[in-house]
Formats: sequence, C-alpha cells, structure tokens
Amino acid sequence: MEKCKLVIDGKEIEVEKGTTILEAAKRLNIKIPTLCHLDLHDIKMVNKAASCRVCVVEIEGRKNLAPSCATPVSDGMVVKTNSIRALNARKVVLELLLSDHPKECLTCAKSGECELQNLAEEFAIRKIDFEGEMSEYRKDYSPSIIRDMDKCVMCRRCETMCNEVQTVGVLSAINRGFDSVVATFFEKNLEDTTCTYCGQCVAVCPTGALTEVDYSWDVITAISNPEKIVIVQTAPAIRAALGEEFGLEPGTPVTGKMVAALRKLGFDYIFDTDFAADLTIVEEASEFLDRLNRYLNGDKSVRLPILTSCCPAWVKFFEHHFPELIDIPSTAKSPQQMFGAIAKSYFAEILNVPREKIVVVSVMPCLAKKYEAKREEFKVNGNPDVDISITTRELARLIKQANIDFLALPDEDFDRPLGESTGAGVIFGVTGGVIEAAVRTAYEFYTGKELRDVEFRQLRSDEGIRTAFVNFGGFELNIGIAYDLGNARKLLEEIKTGKSTYHAIEIMACPGGCIGGGGQPYHHGNLDIIRARARAIYHEDRHKEIRKSHKNPYIIELYEKYLGKPLGEKSHKLLHTHYFKKVLY
Amino acid sequence: MSYQRYCLICRSSKCNKFSNSIGENFKEILKEKELKESVKVVFTECFGLCNKGPIVKIMPDNTVYTGVMPMDVREIVEKHLIKGEKIERLIHQENKPKQIKIVLRNCGFIDPENIEEYIEKDGYMALAKVLKMSRTDLINEIKLSGLRGRGGGGFPTGLKWEYAYNAKGDEKYVVCNADEGDPGAFMDRSVLEGDPHSVIEGMAICGYAIGAKKGLVYIRAEYPLAVKRLAKAINDAREYGFLGNNILGTDFSFDIEIKYGAGAFVCGEETALIKSMEGERGEPTSKPPFPAEAGYWGKPTNVNNVETLANIPVIINKGANWFNKIGTEKSKGTKVFALAGKINNVGLIEVPMGITLREIIFDIGGGIKDGKKFKAVQTGGPSGGCLTEKDLDTPIDYDTLLTKGSMMGSGGMIVMDEDDCMVAVAKFYLEFTVDESCGKCTPCRVGNKRLYEMLEKVTSGKASMEDLEKIKLLSNVIKDTALCGLGQTAPNPVLSTITNFWDEYLAHVRNKKCPSGQCKELITYTINKDKCVGCTACLRVCPVYAISGKVREPHVIDQEKCIKCGACYTTCKFNAIEKK
Repeated sequence: MEKCKLVIDGKEIEVEKGTTILEAAKRLNIKIPTLCHLDLHDIKMVNKAASCRVCVVEIEGRKNLAPSCATPVSDGMVVKTNSIRALNARKVVLELLLSDHPKECLTCAKSGECELQNLAEEFAIRKIDFEGEMSEYRKDYSPSIIRDMDKCVMCRRCETMCNEVQTVGVLSAINRGFDSVVATFFEKNLEDTTCTYCGQCVAVCPTGALTEVDYSWDVITAISNPEKIVIVQTAPAIRAALGEEFGLEPGTPVTGKMVAALRKLGFDYIFDTDFAADLTIVEEASEFLDRLNRYLNGDKSVRLPILTSCCPAWVKFFEHHFPELIDIPSTAKSPQQMFGAIAKSYFAEILNVPREKIVVVSVMPCLAKKYEAKREEFKVNGNPDVDISITTRELARLIKQANIDFLALPDEDFDRPLGESTGAGVIFGVTGGVIEAAVRTAYEFYTGKELRDVEFRQLRSDEGIRTAFVNFGGFELNIGIAYDLGNARKLLEEIKTGKSTYHAIEIMACPGGCIGGGGQPYHHGNLDIIRARARAIYHEDRHKEIRKSHKNPYIIELYEKYLGKPLGEKSHKLLHTHYFKKVLY
Repeated sequence: MSYQRYCLICRSSKCNKFSNSIGENFKEILKEKELKESVKVVFTECFGLCNKGPIVKIMPDNTVYTGVMPMDVREIVEKHLIKGEKIERLIHQENKPKQIKIVLRNCGFIDPENIEEYIEKDGYMALAKVLKMSRTDLINEIKLSGLRGRGGGGFPTGLKWEYAYNAKGDEKYVVCNADEGDPGAFMDRSVLEGDPHSVIEGMAICGYAIGAKKGLVYIRAEYPLAVKRLAKAINDAREYGFLGNNILGTDFSFDIEIKYGAGAFVCGEETALIKSMEGERGEPTSKPPFPAEAGYWGKPTNVNNVETLANIPVIINKGANWFNKIGTEKSKGTKVFALAGKINNVGLIEVPMGITLREIIFDIGGGIKDGKKFKAVQTGGPSGGCLTEKDLDTPIDYDTLLTKGSMMGSGGMIVMDEDDCMVAVAKFYLEFTVDESCGKCTPCRVGNKRLYEMLEKVTSGKASMEDLEKIKLLSNVIKDTALCGLGQTAPNPVLSTITNFWDEYLAHVRNKKCPSGQCKELITYTINKDKCVGCTACLRVCPVYAISGKVREPHVIDQEKCIKCGACYTTCKFNAIEKK
C-alpha cells in the first residue's frame, strides 16, 4: 500500500494513501469536530456527504478550506486543524446551522444526545449573528417514528442508511436550496410509504429530526389504573444495553436490576419475552422440520428455505418488496406477539380475568415493534395482544422519572410462569441467535439425539451476510444469516432467481441484530458498543441452566395444559400469523 | 443541388417576433419569382445585433440587413436577389473587425440541419486528421494550443484530456456540458442550434484522445430546438460514418447519446451533472475524486462545455500554433460573450482574449444606451463580479478577471449604467444562486440565504454598519467553506460591489438612501407644489389612491399609502413629481 507523509498541527504522520485527513488526525489524537460524517465500518455504511462543513481544515497551498472527512491525504500535505481561519469558519457554519434550527432543546427528545447541541456547547455559541427565516415543514407522525424536519441539518445520514444500507428507499432530499428537505416519495406521510420502521434512521440522526414515538406516559397511566392488570415483557436485547443509560460500560448485563426496576415501577407481573422466544423456537423448529421432511420426501408444494419472521421491519420489508415470496417465511409470530397472545389467553385464564382487563407492555430495542403491536391481525375484537410497546430509551426515562436509583437496585428474578426462559431465548437478541436457538431444538427433534455442545460457533459472527453448515446427524443443513435489509435483499433475490441453496435463513433488520436496534441507547457511531452487547447476550446464555427452548419446563407445561402440540390447532390459532402483499408506492 | 444564395433569417431573441412571417414571405416571393431552386431560406441564430433586429443576412454577399419587416422582403428579393442592388436603407453599416469567429464560424452561415454544408466548411476534416495521429500527439496539440475550459473555471483542456487519458478504466466517457444556465447567456444554445456538428466533431476527437467509446451531451430540456438539431446532427453523423463503429475505416468507435437536464443551474457543475445523468438528485460531490478518475458510473470521464468542444476542430485544422497566436499569454483563442444590459448592441459576440472592455462596450457594443454614463459590467454571471470604469482598459482574460475579483464564467456580460443600484445588482445575482442552490452544504443552503436576507436589509434601509461587517465576514466564510463552485462563488457579486461601490452601501445604510433611486423602500415620491398644475393625471393613474387634490390645485401624495410604483412619476408631464 502506498504511503503518504503529512503534517497535521505540526505533527508528522505516515498513513496509507486514500486515508482521509480526519482519519489521519484521529491517529494523532487530534479530534476534529464532525456533524454529518458517520463511518460505520461494520455495516459498510459511510456517510460521505461532506455537507455540513463543520470539519473544515486549512491545507497549506489550497485556496479554500477542505472538509477533513472527505479529503484524502496527499504526500507532503501540511494541515492545520485549529487555525483561526478554520475555527472561525467552523463557528460561522455552526451559527448558520443553528440559525435555521428550532431552539427547543429543553423539550426536544434528543436533548443531551444531540450532536448539534454538543457542538454548540463546545464552541461556546452564545448568540447567533445570522438570524433569519426558518425552514418549516409539517411534522409527520407514524406509529413508530416522528419526523420533525425543522430540526434536520441535512447531514443525509438517514438517506444513506435507508437507501444504501437498508435499500428501503423511503427517504430522499427534495426541493432546492433553503427549501431542501429530506422527504418521502411524493411527500407522503411515513405511514403511507414502504418504511419498515427499522428505526436505523433514528439511530443515526444527529439531532431531534427523527425520533421514536414515546409511549412512556401511556405506561404510567396504565400502571396507575387500579382496574388494569399490567404485565411487562422485556426483549432479550434490553438487558444488554439498558445499563448504558445509567453510565455502565457497554456490555454490562443488567437483567436482575432491570427486573427490580420494573417491579418498582409498579408492573403487576414482570415477564420475559425470552419465554416467548422459546415458544417461537418450538413452533418455528417444528414448522421447519415439517417443511424439510416434506421437501426431502419430494413434496413439490413445499418451498425452502424457510425464513425467520421475528423481526417486524423485515416482515414489512418483504411484504412490500417481495410479495411473491410471502409463503416462504415462517408463519410463527414474533416473540412479542406470541407473548401477547399467550398472556391474554392462557395467562388470563390462569388469572381468571377477561383479556380486556390485562394491559401488555413490551420493552423492545426496536421501533418497528410499536408498529407491529398495532397491526390488525394481532387484535381480538379490537383489543391488541400487546397494548403498548416502548423502547430501551423510554424504559430508562421511566426509571429515572420514578426516582429509582438503578445502580443501587438488588438483582431480582422474573415472575412465573411467563418469565422463565432458556439460553436459547436470550440469544434471540443477536444476529445468528434465532437460527442457533432453532438449530438447538431442531437438531434434537430431527435426530432424536441429545445435543451436547449447544454453541454453534459457525453461526456467530458480526459479518452482515454469511453462510454456515450444521450437521444434522449426517444431513448437512445449509444456513444463511443476514442482518440489515440490504443484505436480506441479496438473499431474497437469490431465492427469487432460484439460485438459493439454503434450507433456512435468519434475517434481522438492524446491525448486529436486535442489540443494534433503533430503540437502543444511541451508539453515536461507535459500533464497538454493539459488539459489547453481543458479548453480554452470549454471557447470559452461557450462565443459563437450560439452553434449549424445548426444555423450558414452563413451555412444556404450556403445551401440556393449554396448547396441545406444536403446530396444533390451538397453536396455529394463537401463535401463527399470515402476511399481506403490500404495494411499493 | 447547390444554391447560389442563402437568406439567413435570425430567429433568436428579439428577431423571433417577425422571423416566421419574414421567412414565409421569402418563400412565397421566391416561388413567385421562380427562385426556389437557387435561393435557400435558412433560420439561424443570433448575429449579435438584437436591438437592430429583425436581421436578415444574404450570403455569400455577406450583406446584413437590419430592422427588416415582413413587408421589406419583396424589395430584398426584387432588388438584391434579382438585380444585385443593395438596399441602402436597410443595410447594416458597421462591421465588426474586432471580432474573430472561431466558435461561431459556421453559425449563421450554414444550414445547421444539413451535414453536407458543415462538411463543405471543412467539417469532420479534423476528425479524419486526428485518427491518423497518435493519442498523445493529439493531446499535446491541444495542450500546445493553450485552450482553456470555456465553461467558467478555465482549466487547461489538454491537461484535462491527459488526466482522463492516463486514468485507468475499462470504459471512459466524454461528456459535453450543455447545461448553460447563467442568466441572460445563450452562447452554447446558439452553437448547438447553429452548428451542432462542430460539437459532435469535438466530442469524437476528445473520445479518440482519451480512449472513450461513448459520449454524452447533457442538455437542458428547455432548449428544444438545440435538442432537435443536435439529435438530427447525431443521426446524420452516424449515417455518414462520423459516429458509430470503425469511424472512417479505423478501429476507433464512438457514439453519442443525449441526456436531458431539467434546467437546474447547479447541474452545470460537473459532479452534479454526472449525478443528474445517473438519475440521481443533481448535487455536487467532493473533489477529489475528480471526474477524470471517477466520473459517470465511477468511470474516468472528461467533461467539457459546448464552446470548448466547438474550438477543437478548428485547432486541429489550423494547428495549435495558429490558435495560440490569438489571445494573451495565458488565455488563448477567443471567447463568446452574450452582451446584454444597458448597451446599444446586445447579442452574441466572439472576441479574441485580451480585448479590452472598452472595445467590447464602446466599439462592438456601440456604447451605453440613451447616452447614459457607464457604471459597471458584470462578467461571469452570478459567480462573477463587477468591473468598473477603472478596468475598462484591462485586457480581458481568465487571470486578469480573477485578479479584478470577477471571473470569465461561461460568457454572460451584463452592462450597467448610472441608473443601476449596485447593491440591488448584487442582491439580484444572489437571489439567483439562493434559488439555484442544491441545498446540500450548510454555507450555501443557509449562508447564502442569510447573506441575501442581509442585503435585503440594506436595500430596505434597515441595515446597520454591523450588518455590513457581517456581510463581509459571512461572504468570506462561504467562499472558504462551500462545497462546490456555485456556493463558493455566490458571494462574489457581493464582495466585488462592496469593493468597488462601498459608497453605495454606505448611502443605503447611513443615509437610508439609494443613490440610483432603484431601491423602492428608500425612494420617496413627492409633488412639487410649484410645478404641479393640478391636471389630475397622477391621481388617476395611482393604483392605491395615494394621491389627492382638486382640479387645478397642487396634489399631494400620502406617503403611508404610496407603494412607490412610480406610475405618477412617469405619467406627470410637468416634472412635478420628485423622486428622492
């Protein structure tokens, strides 16, 4: 690799040709401020718009300032990152951005997490010299995401994420000049587009232009209603990330404290979505083996591969983009919805109360789950199986509002029966986890033998798209795994063109799986955080006594007492769903 | 079939109003006189005499008739075409020795829709010639000619070709930038409408030089005639074997496709142009990488504008050493300008580099309209700046214009007289760039908008001295930080008027007065009691009923109601309305 020698702020450095000034400066521990720039190597996302001009630096011999994020180094370059010319330009650029930004920090959902706010603070901007007309655009409320484009700084990260990474293609800039705005096709509301609500735009938005719909007050209202029995379920990825909101190192599992906090918040039952994940596995593994056996026996009506269906963003994605393939994904509901269905039937019967008396709250790392909970097919007489879905961030705010000293909480345990789970349920939160959990069960169902080593390393990786083989007692199972919808699209195209050789494919919409979900604490571009969360998840799994879903005694009990058998009539009614062909535009 | 004579009828700009009926009359009378076979009527582009139009030119006599009305046609046919007598009362006396026509060599002389007429004028000879040359010799020839990009920046064309030639790529592209967008400029349109083959030939030569098989013309769809003629010319060139596979029996293959733009000014910026051609939003991207390394679909791409490419065949035919004798040390050849504004002869001119503004404005342009005093000239359109009295004798080339705070630009040249307010002029240009900004980078999207708002404060008398300082500061930061040429140069009209007409800014800010009386908010119309005869003409014409008074008694203007439209001022026959 060709090298370049250059000088930044008086310090000499040698870097590979093609490195940006920003990157080279970072190696010298010079932190040039940025706003639009975002480099998420792991998911191959680089936002290289170079549009904000906050990172401009002075280069000797160049007539204007250069954006360090997009300017490659060259040999002999002399760069000044903190000259008065650069500082002045940076400050003016920030003032310009602020001059067209609502000064609503106090009531903004992004306050404290806002990259523009941080820069304004760092640059000690106390007044804005260039006030003038402000951009105005209608606020767009969808079930999951709020778009408040008045707060948009045109960094275009959301566009890159939506179009290049997720290949959903909902967001794009329209209009010119001062009227430019990131909008949808024909400026429709998000709700009327192909948006999957994956929330990755929210995860990367530097300001409060894209945020989640906050349902936390609905939770407080429900808890304080004496007529209601309020049940909470928490997704596997929550316990791996919630601690970050309270200053803990990323990757610190806080399951016990989380349960204690939920109990303090006043929920009547603290249950675990992991229980439902175990249930999902039993159903999905059975469905898979049923299809596989029929397929291997030459039944032409059976299509493989089977696709996982726990991720609601992914479900909406294939409904819009691959309507011809809607008979391929597993019909098993997602754990969130299985939980709701069981809570409002089986558990309602145990409590001997009508389903309407129960309020099911889910805590999810996800924005699409808010939308999923509202889908019509998950309602009985208008009463949803899951009433309220909140994110990790909303839960953290609830805990803070309730004056709970999270770090001082003792570890507590989930309630029974819907709080017991296996290690297989836990790993649902990370890419490859659902399929690994399914394999642990399917192996034993298929071979009839006991699986000794439950850890399938070949399924674990942070690669966005990968292939693995699992030996099912002589039968070689071919598995595909993808996270982010762009990778998913590649696997689906293969299926469409008949090139796919997989028997089963797991897909999650977010980087690293649910642990990188749009409802998680903001990673601010540091994907090491997501890796740390994955470690926390696997740590939980390793310390579980039972690590195969079908061995969960409460699942066994559920089938014995209530459901009958996997794929049985009752299971089919409560735990399976169907998909709808949706239009692209 | 060869014609003995050609009647060239301008259909551009002002002439357009009568060109159709003139043409019809010609055809009718020629038929009547049985001259249809020997005289050809051709519609052409601007002769640079707009204000004297409609223009008819008879070739090969080289007689230009001005102010031709449809009823004059019979006289032209009967006297000139039949008897060979010139019609003195219509003849255009002035010739323009100061102009040299290289780019416009064929415009108005040939039928642009007839490839044979282009071929007769040595058309496609240059292509045939270069196909026998080595690529590096060809590039060296262009380098030696000293030709620089005519689109605005003035980058040496030969060097640009060399970069594209050296760039590695399995496929390369030649792009012709026909996205002419400067307000008032129509040089490229005229070339494409008047001599499309010269551009096609230029592109093919460039394609050969850099090793491209494909050329694309990015042209705005609002140039329908240019599009039509270009499309026909491409087809004809293909038919004649100047485009397509194995051109002129060599192993060089090249073809051209037309790509339509929607008329966004920023799409004249080469990276934005490429994005637009790819079907994306027309937004510039950071350079490097330059299009020569990674352009259209990431392949090495050479982008030249229409005028640059039209120069190429002449350079090849007449030689680089012929070309580089025209012009100044660092700017060779000619430049086409669209002369406009307060000047007697408006229209297209082609002048050698190094000509002075005085020669352009007073000799070619015929001086300032209505005998008014020259104040300034804006070159480079919204990206340029203004030049004043003191610059009149400066030789015009790329570099002198830059040192004067302006730029060559694509060739817009707008002349201003003593009645023009320079703050308003700066505001006008900035309004254009604010409208045309793509909105990508902060300094252009927000900065230029804020700059415009502050200029509005100045022209409405609401600005303070502090605002003027802010205007300077912001202008400089925008220049320093904006992403593309459009944003970086947008403050130029502001900075250059500040430098040259600081007094006018001060008058607006300190005295709340517009010295030229152009800024509406700063004008007061009053009625001079002594001059007013009470004729009620002003009262009747005022659209907001701001004037009152009895017949034969002095009238008064209610300043609260007055919208400063100036209707009373132009109506009053007694000079009783005073404008301050």
